[in-house]
Amino acid sequence: MTDTNDNQDPSRRDFLYITTAVFGATGAASVAWPLIDQLNPSASVSALSSIEADISSIPEGGSMKVAWRGKPIFIRRRTKEEIELAEKEDSLNLPHPEKDLDRVKNKEWLVVVGVCTHLGCVPIADSGDFGGWFCPCHGSHYDISGRIRKGPAPTNLEIPPYEFVNENIIKIG
Amino acid sequence: MNHDYQYTPKNGFSKWLDKRLPLMRFADENLLSFPTPKNLNYFYTFGFILTMCLVTQIITGIVLAMHYVPNTSLAFDSIEHIMRDVNYGWLIRYMHSNGASMFFLAVFIHMFRGLYYGSYKEPREIIWILGVVIFLLMIITGFMGYVLPWGQMSFWGATVITNLVATIPVIGEPILTLLLGGYSVDNPTLNRFFSLHYLLPFVIFGVVILHIWALHVTGNNNPTGIEVKDSKDTISFHPYYTVKDLFAYVVFLLMFCYFIFYNPNILGHPDNYIEADPMLTPAHIVPEWYLLPFYAILRAVPDKLMGVLLMFGSIVVLFFLPWLDTMKVKSARYRPLYKIFFLFFVIFCLLLGYLGAKPPEGIYLFLSRVSTIYYFAFFLVIMPILSRIEKPSPMPIGISNPAINSSSDSGGGVSGAPSYAMDSK
Repeated sequence: MTDTNDNQDPSRRDFLYITTAVFGATGAASVAWPLIDQLNPSASVSALSSIEADISSIPEGGSMKVAWRGKPIFIRRRTKEEIELAEKEDSLNLPHPEKDLDRVKNKEWLVVVGVCTHLGCVPIADSGDFGGWFCPCHGSHYDISGRIRKGPAPTNLEIPPYEFVNENIIKIG
Repeated sequence: MNHDYQYTPKNGFSKWLDKRLPLMRFADENLLSFPTPKNLNYFYTFGFILTMCLVTQIITGIVLAMHYVPNTSLAFDSIEHIMRDVNYGWLIRYMHSNGASMFFLAVFIHMFRGLYYGSYKEPREIIWILGVVIFLLMIITGFMGYVLPWGQMSFWGATVITNLVATIPVIGEPILTLLLGGYSVDNPTLNRFFSLHYLLPFVIFGVVILHIWALHVTGNNNPTGIEVKDSKDTISFHPYYTVKDLFAYVVFLLMFCYFIFYNPNILGHPDNYIEADPMLTPAHIVPEWYLLPFYAILRAVPDKLMGVLLMFGSIVVLFFLPWLDTMKVKSARYRPLYKIFFLFFVIFCLLLGYLGAKPPEGIYLFLSRVSTIYYFAFFLVIMPILSRIEKPSPMPIGISNPAINSSSDSGGGVSGAPSYAMDSK
């Protein structure tokens, strides 16, 4: 065995090795990404990410359930007493402190994602110990502002992005 | 192993074949004349039973896939179509759904067997680790399969379990969206679960081959935990263990048939015969029975993230078993203390299974916590401590030699010691 040129100049050979490896890895990653990203929501799923709901028919104290991104949205027209109660309870020691005013755009209307923040079940309206919602799966209680009050759920019911298009229409998403 | 024996091709064709593709030699050395400890009991038949379970699941699954439609608007109806219209569809589906339960039943016994006789110890660590990999793949496959009928339990089980991912800080939500292919469990989720549910059994099959390969390098453990010393300790796999395995499988099949023909829905949940409704959660979400112990661990912890970590941890800890239990004596037969702790371990595992089906409150919650603590303590505290302090009871010199080994070498007797009288031949 005689020494070759490569052995006399190891840095040159290292450079070739490393460059080849980097090119190979980059190539592999660029092929892998489409295979991973195809798992993400497709254009048709993303296109459904905004809906409009007609709320004119909901009476005071009534509520409505609409589907947005495959999840239920609770739209509730709250009574004066319910609003007062929710605001009065702002000062209590809540597990996830949020003011009722920060959770609504119009005090009368509460719009929340109807998915329990524990493990994703749909809570039942007008039940539980706090006059709001109760999740049957693992026993989380929410109040009339959708705030977690008792049970394993870590946070309040999520507020989806929404706006009032006019008096009768809410656009969610 | 048995070094005396050599495969010799008998006729012209087998000689010709042996030089080109030594298939017969491979089959002979690994299946027919494979030297196996002569003292294996019926707990050692579950490896074969599990192989048959996998084969059953693959065959029935391929057939079901010919009739099933992985689309949210058609999936539920296509299952009913299989049940009512397809010739013998009810039989094939009941074989597949109950077959999954039988598979898990057998794997639990197989794992407890390994735990009792110390089959995970040197030199069989890789066999055990591959086994845990298979178990993990089985859980994922079983979970995805349960989603396919698109009933209420399918949908809400999938929702609850996939939501576990969202508990990971920061990257949890994007990963969940990636996993589901949307913002909730929906058609893209069903499609990919079907695709993976079809793929994973073949991955399992591959790992099973590695599992058996590794087993055939070290040879079987046995109820004494003492390594095989010479050919007196072994008998050929065929006909002795082929017959024993087949007999055990037939008995196992009788139980399997009871479920298929007399109680096909007892292990399922009636809510899964209601089509999935994303707007309505059933009152009690319960996973399949074989996942209940893990579900109980999840719910025993008040903190959401910790619950998820402990649930996964309960399986991850199994990977480290060979290094947590360093006691040289393998079999619990000669470990009076370990035997007792092992018994309690089995009881607490069964208890966790029971508690997983109960609401997480009051006495159930308390017992879940006690059982969870014992589960982890068994591996992380009891095993390492026992490895240090336990005095093994007297052991025989070898598999064929019942004389008590008086030397303190607990690794398994003096090799080359005179063996007498007990040989089967």
